[in-house]
Amino acid sequence: MLELATDPGVSSLMLSRIQFAANISFHILFPTINIALCWMLLFFKVRYATTGDDNWLRVYRFWVRIFALTFALGVVTGVTMSFQFGTNWPGFMETVGNIAGPLLGYEVLTAFFLEATFLPIMLFGIERVSDRMHTIATALVTLGTSTSAFWILSLDSWMQTPTGFEMRDGVAYVTDWWEVIFNPSLPYRLTHMLLASGLTAAFFVAGISAYRVYKGDPKHSAKLALKFAIITAAILAPLQILVGDFHGLNTLKYQPAKVAAMEGIWHTEKGAPLLLFAIPDAETQSNKYEIAIPNLASIILTHEVDGELQGISDFPDAAPPVAPIFFSFRIMVGTGVLMLLTAGFGCWYFVRKNQYPPWLLKATIAMTFSGWVATLAGWYVTEIGRQPFLVSGVLRTADAATQLPSGNIALSLAMYLSIYLLLLIAYISTLFVMAHRAIRLEANNLHVSDMQTDPANIQGGISEKSFNLEKQA
Amino acid sequence: MIFPEYDWLPLAFVSLMGLAFLIYAILDGYDLGVGVLLPRDNQAQRDSMIYSIGPFWDANETWLVMAIGLLLIAFPSAHSYILQGLYLPTAIMLAGLILRGVAFDFRTKAPSRFKQKWDLAFKLGSLLATLTQGYMLGRYVTGFEDTQAALAFAVLSAICVTAGYCFIGSAWLVMKTEGELQVRAARWARYSNVLMALGIVAVSISNLLLSDIIMDKWLGFPQVFVLLPTGLLLAFLFLLNHMYLKRVPLENDLGCWVPFASASIIFVLCFCGLAYNFFPYIVWQKITIWDAASSRESLWFIFVGAAVVLPVILAYTAFTYRVFRGKTRKLNY
Ligand code: HDD
Ligand code: HEM
Ligand code: HEM
Repeated sequence: MLELATDPGVSSLMLSRIQFAANISFHILFPTINIALCWMLLFFKVRYATTGDDNWLRVYRFWVRIFALTFALGVVTGVTMSFQFGTNWPGFMETVGNIAGPLLGYEVLTAFFLEATFLPIMLFGIERVSDRMHTIATALVTLGTSTSAFWILSLDSWMQTPTGFEMRDGVAYVTDWWEVIFNPSLPYRLTHMLLASGLTAAFFVAGISAYRVYKGDPKHSAKLALKFAIITAAILAPLQILVGDFHGLNTLKYQPAKVAAMEGIWHTEKGAPLLLFAIPDAETQSNKYEIAIPNLASIILTHEVDGELQGISDFPDAAPPVAPIFFSFRIMVGTGVLMLLTAGFGCWYFVRKNQYPPWLLKATIAMTFSGWVATLAGWYVTEIGRQPFLVSGVLRTADAATQLPSGNIALSLAMYLSIYLLLLIAYISTLFVMAHRAIRLEANNLHVSDMQTDPANIQGGISEKSFNLEKQA
Repeated sequence: MIFPEYDWLPLAFVSLMGLAFLIYAILDGYDLGVGVLLPRDNQAQRDSMIYSIGPFWDANETWLVMAIGLLLIAFPSAHSYILQGLYLPTAIMLAGLILRGVAFDFRTKAPSRFKQKWDLAFKLGSLLATLTQGYMLGRYVTGFEDTQAALAFAVLSAICVTAGYCFIGSAWLVMKTEGELQVRAARWARYSNVLMALGIVAVSISNLLLSDIIMDKWLGFPQVFVLLPTGLLLAFLFLLNHMYLKRVPLENDLGCWVPFASASIIFVLCFCGLAYNFFPYIVWQKITIWDAASSRESLWFIFVGAAVVLPVILAYTAFTYRVFRGKTRKLNY
């Protein structure tokens, strides 16, 4: 690739790809938390209403603030995404604009306005509208984030497994909207992604709650959130592994080259082994240092001991790069297994025995962002696995890139990357600052209603100055 | 039908898109303006100003996504053409919008020693966004020409748009705040009102000078009879604001909505003028609405959805404004 990068057209292409990948990777970090966190907030709210237990309200109040912060990051990075298609992928819109446009349009119409308009009522409206209306607003925001996921995944799935269209003069025209929207991989991708979001949010909540418990937060609400998150994770993790398996079968049917790369199969073979580890080598079209379980890949994917699996060499000129897919896939599955273990032990100790052994608390804290790792790895499998196509079999990535001078793209890329780095640091450190504040809150023996006040007040000792200013305001 | 031989759907979409851009300019205009105006010397006023836009900015910004989305849906080739022409300003605008949007939350949630820094990020982000939006408008209006005159026009437009946003922002504050801050906002509004008026005059004249076609569109006969009353109405609104703002606050805060309402009318008038200039092009003198339109099936598919959903969106937007009506109070979770 490096030698290609000297050609101006090619390096614009490479930079555009890197920029798109960086932007969407940064964007997805926040939606993936929020889609499910919003459902959880709805659950906390309803639990409070039905049990009258103040602790549920405490949990709600703590997490709604983190939700608001995460949402803001999701929105601003999302607005950036909506410009990416035009700025960096003109060929994409010109070829498949008739399909991508309306799907994105429906996302704006049915999802973005819903979430953006009801979010303020959910966040700040608690004293201005009835409790019922507040719950409805929360439910509508939840509906909005999930609907948004539906539309964008529909588009992405269509790019993977396009159906319901015909090509006329190099432009895609829709023949059947139903087939476009509910294309063959959508059900699997949507379920897998929503579960991924559930797991990401569950470990996020569990990790930060475990941090509070570990740092000596005596409140019941921290433990309550921890238990809730661990139970959720324990339910979702096995489901996710099951759905992932079905997803793989679907991919085998429609995108066999991707599966060949995931499994590291270079040449079509019968009774293919499952590779636990290997280093794929594109030069020699073979793997080094294989650790394999004989026949297992064939068994999983074809349900026959010596079922035939196609290899990369069967797809000349249309095969994705093997190594990144191969490793990303193992990172995703590996993280999934770790999640299963952590949730299992967590259920046993935190939930069954009401014990909080420090090693398990530490392990749970270490897993706080595990959902991010698995989600990104999963998307890399999906997206790199579609290469060299942007829309499988229809449009090649190289034909869609911008012809802009690469200097401009390099400049914008450098700018985005530095902003993202700054924001990521600010986001993660702020999460822990908020956790510390919540711990201190009880120490000062404040009542639930005081949690509403501005955090600067809660900080008390730390910043007298801003405290006083706040009072005057 | 004005052009019976042409399909009406692209026309409907260009109107819809124009409407989205206009709503965006008014709504995000006021919250960007408030951001630009954040004073460096008064924390309490900064807090109130930010509380006043807190419940609204996210939905306001969604109109930009909607407008860009409509451009993309209905006119994909113009969408690529325009966004590639505006590549770097777009990237800078997005950086500004990112900084501003996150500063909103970080300022109260990050350690409070950083609060001032985030407020500064809020202000700078807003300023970057308003300047680049004005610059892009100028580039767009001149059809992305690379002449000195066109670039100078874009810079003029950047200043003018920023002044306009500051005006509508301070008019918003006059409506939504009280006490010292309201008086201060009225003063900002007076200055930016003058600046904006000068800007509109300068932009109109240079726009006329830049192109014969536009000159004819406005000064030819009988079009000039539209220009005249429009100009008079603008002048009247300018004077009305100027007089009113000197007296703020009136007894019982009488008419505190007047500057904001007239700012909105001014935005609408300027926008209509621009749209009239441009029609039927979507890229000045290069691509017309009909050249760029996507396939009829696709337009129809989204048109039906938009016709059903847009009224609902407007209804619940009105509902939110009702919930947060009246003078700004502190925002509590
Ligand atoms: C599976 C989920 C998912 C994926 C793959 C994407 N998004 Fe996203 N997006 C969301 C899920 C989401 C969300 C959950 O709806 C957001 C995140 C912030 C928030 O919490 O809402 C959101 C926000 C969001 C916004 C701001 C909406 C607002 O103003 O409220 C825009 C403009 C986009 N996104 C655009 C995109 C584009 C152009 C994408 C792809 C190329 C994309 N998103 C991928
Ligand atoms: C949300 C999680 C997503 C992640 C993490 C992700 C990640 C990536 C990555 C890493 C690439 C670069 C692949 C390569 O160049 O080898 C890519 C490419 C691309 N993806 Fe995605 N993607 C996501 C979702 C989407 C969605 C929802 C869409 C469309 C609706 C999309 C459309 C594209 C396009 C247009 C490209 C550019 C072509 C390319 O670089 O190959 N992606 N994505
Ligand atoms: C442990 C067993 C798992 C298996 C067998 C599995 C299987 C798969 C497969 C085959 C794909 C690629 C599908 C395609 O591109 O066509 C995929 C993608 C993906 N995976 Fe997994 N996965 C597992 C665990 C996880 C976990 C734990 C997460 C996150 C918490 C996750 C998140 C994702 C995401 C976000 C994608 C990209 C979106 C999509 O194509 O659905 N996966 N997974």
